[in-house]
Amino acid sequence: MSAHIDTHGAHDEESHGSRKGYLIGFGLAVVLTVIPFWLVMTLPLSTQATALLIMAFAAVQMVVHMIYFLHMNRRAEGGWSIMALLFTLVIVGIALSGSLWVMYHMNSNMMPTQQVQDQG
Amino acid sequence: MATNMTPSPLDVSPIFGRFTLESLPLHEPIVVGTFCVVAMGGLALLATLTYFKLWAYLWKEWFTSVDHKKIGVMYVILGIVMLLRGFSDAIMMRAQQVMAFHGSEGYLNPHHYDQIFTAHGVIMIFFVAMPLVTGLMNYVVPLQIGARDVSFPFLNNFSFWMTAGGAIIVMMSLFVGEFAQTGWLAMPPLSGISYSPGVGVDYYIWSLQIAGVGTLLSGVNLICTIVKMRAPGMTMMKMPIFCWTSLCTNILIVAAFPVLTAVLALLSLDRYAGTAFFTNTLGGNPMMYVNLIWIWGHPEVYILILPAFGVFSEVVSTFSGKRLFGYTSMVYATAVITLLAYVVWLHHFFTMGSGASVNSFFGITTMVISIPTGAKIFNWLFTMYRGRVRFELPMMWAIAFMFTFTIGGMTGVLLAVPPADFVLHNSLFLVAHFHNVIIGGVVFGMFAGINYWFPKAFGFKLDPFWGKVSFWTWVSGFYFAFMPLYVLGLMGVTRRLRTFDDPSLQIWFEIAAFGAFLIAIGIAALLMQIYVSIRDRNTARLRDTTGDPWNGRTLEWATSSPPPDYNFAFTPVVHDGEAWADMKQRGFVRPTEGFKPIHMPRNTGAGLIIAGFSVGFGVGMIWYVWWLAAICFVGMLGAAIGHTFNYKRDYHIPVDEVIETEGRRTRQLAAGAVA
Repeated sequence: MSAHIDTHGAHDEESHGSRKGYLIGFGLAVVLTVIPFWLVMTLPLSTQATALLIMAFAAVQMVVHMIYFLHMNRRAEGGWSIMALLFTLVIVGIALSGSLWVMYHMNSNMMPTQQVQDQG
Repeated sequence: MATNMTPSPLDVSPIFGRFTLESLPLHEPIVVGTFCVVAMGGLALLATLTYFKLWAYLWKEWFTSVDHKKIGVMYVILGIVMLLRGFSDAIMMRAQQVMAFHGSEGYLNPHHYDQIFTAHGVIMIFFVAMPLVTGLMNYVVPLQIGARDVSFPFLNNFSFWMTAGGAIIVMMSLFVGEFAQTGWLAMPPLSGISYSPGVGVDYYIWSLQIAGVGTLLSGVNLICTIVKMRAPGMTMMKMPIFCWTSLCTNILIVAAFPVLTAVLALLSLDRYAGTAFFTNTLGGNPMMYVNLIWIWGHPEVYILILPAFGVFSEVVSTFSGKRLFGYTSMVYATAVITLLAYVVWLHHFFTMGSGASVNSFFGITTMVISIPTGAKIFNWLFTMYRGRVRFELPMMWAIAFMFTFTIGGMTGVLLAVPPADFVLHNSLFLVAHFHNVIIGGVVFGMFAGINYWFPKAFGFKLDPFWGKVSFWTWVSGFYFAFMPLYVLGLMGVTRRLRTFDDPSLQIWFEIAAFGAFLIAIGIAALLMQIYVSIRDRNTARLRDTTGDPWNGRTLEWATSSPPPDYNFAFTPVVHDGEAWADMKQRGFVRPTEGFKPIHMPRNTGAGLIIAGFSVGFGVGMIWYVWWLAAICFVGMLGAAIGHTFNYKRDYHIPVDEVIETEGRRTRQLAAGAVA
């Protein structure tokens, strides 16, 4: 319901996806979901390896969703989509790594079991 | 007073939740007195509206409006109304602190005093500064980029009502129950259910969650508007600086506010469902809350200041009669601040014990931010250099800002040094610093913006005499109120104290209270200024018939004041960064024929209805009135789904009406040219 004059010319043709694209995406999403379930239900690996693998599959799953369902590519919306994605990755990266770093320090400096140094 | 006997969310009355008659603060004479005044004022307002039969007008023309201009005005009104509440809290604190010496307890009990300093912070940031900033962006950005509205006009209306809904919940806490007594960021474990069993923290959580939805959606809306709806020819590097700072602010909003939402949701789970994210026991970690809330909290201060920087850029350039100095460096400085805003959050808790490497990293990033900010100050100074500076009100605010903000910036760099921060943390020095940058930066910026764009919005200027009274009392009041706090902070006085033992400190609090009194006069003068301006709106002194009262340089001055519903009859074509100055220079002739019908979005009440249900839901959750929360939640979803079936979303302004509106403007311009 935007009330402006469209000045951006033709709409990206692939921006709404094709039947083939959706089917590939759906297939990949199913495979990437079934494997973690199988890993957890049959436990062929150690617990830690399973946890790491599930995380890895989740990350791949996100990429699949973005490419096949959100139609992310370098050209979508004149490049704004990929820029927004990169910005998001930078911010999430800063927040996650920063929090881990900070909390690691807090944990080693401030936990009650340790003798707290006199800070003056 | 606290109904602090019901920690279990299920063990309450099924009808009234944990609400009892004792929840009403009837034993607090100050609150009862306030309630009487507010209730009488409110009734008088409702009676006036009814007497003059204004309800239908308000509903049709304002409450349901999807026009970005009207929504912007409503945001600014909300901000000014809440400023009165936030300032009442401030002057009560100043009065308490000046009295509580020589064994006196002052006039506020601890329970009341703790609510006041919490409410003051929450209201001033979320319900004064944010609505003012969002209101200005909403009003000005579409006009500056030559658009007819924002990208999602309905969403804009909905965002406003969610913000207003949050404000209503905060105001409710004054008379029904209590507000949080935790400080404005509600740090656990104090804000956890075991130390704050009452409704105060729940009021805090739900007001911010509901207002947060509005802020986030308005952020999405404005980003999309700026990216997608610029007039032909306006490349990114030809956008007015205010649009750039608005874009960066809204990017910050969209990236930062989800963190606040998530951290408050985790706190709610701790309080409602008995989880242990931020508790002292069961493996919880309150430090994680501090870490997360500042990942939102630091970008938040840049969310507030960047639009103010944008206002000053427009104002300094217009009133110096010159192109802005260093446009490109201004854009890059804004972008650098946007990114750096995310890597400094730990400077709010140097003293929590991260150790030398972490503290020095965040200390250095904090100091680095002062470089792009300093570059901006020089850009403004060089814009004024050899310009024909006109000392109108917006320019006066801009100059007061440059002096005041520089002082605040310098104390900020001082606080960024971790060893110095260990001495100054939690002291009145810190309180003085952030008031210095928020009042000296954001508030002065908003006043500059309101004085600058008011004639655009209403077709008449604000009265300069009362504006100057307001200016001088505000600025001098600020210095009287906060310079003593720097001194007290250096002497080691901590913040949020209710009584004092050392009588030698009293003189500084007396000076600060005098400053707050001056600011009170400043606020009164602001209201007087608005009243006098409305009264004299048809005099030649204030009336603006040209649409360009300040000899402006950007596109909003190309249309009439106030602009027609459709902003521009023809979408302007832009050739230069200062589009309107360029058009005037090249002898632009306003088209007077060839008009077409204009496609416009239609008003809808859905935003108000969904926000109303959200407020009901919030109140139900706060008081454990589960049936109310459930009904309102269903109502909220139902109204949102129902709105998707509303297909009557647009209409065309008929060409006759466009011709008539534009004809009136032609005659007005001709009359102005003769006179």
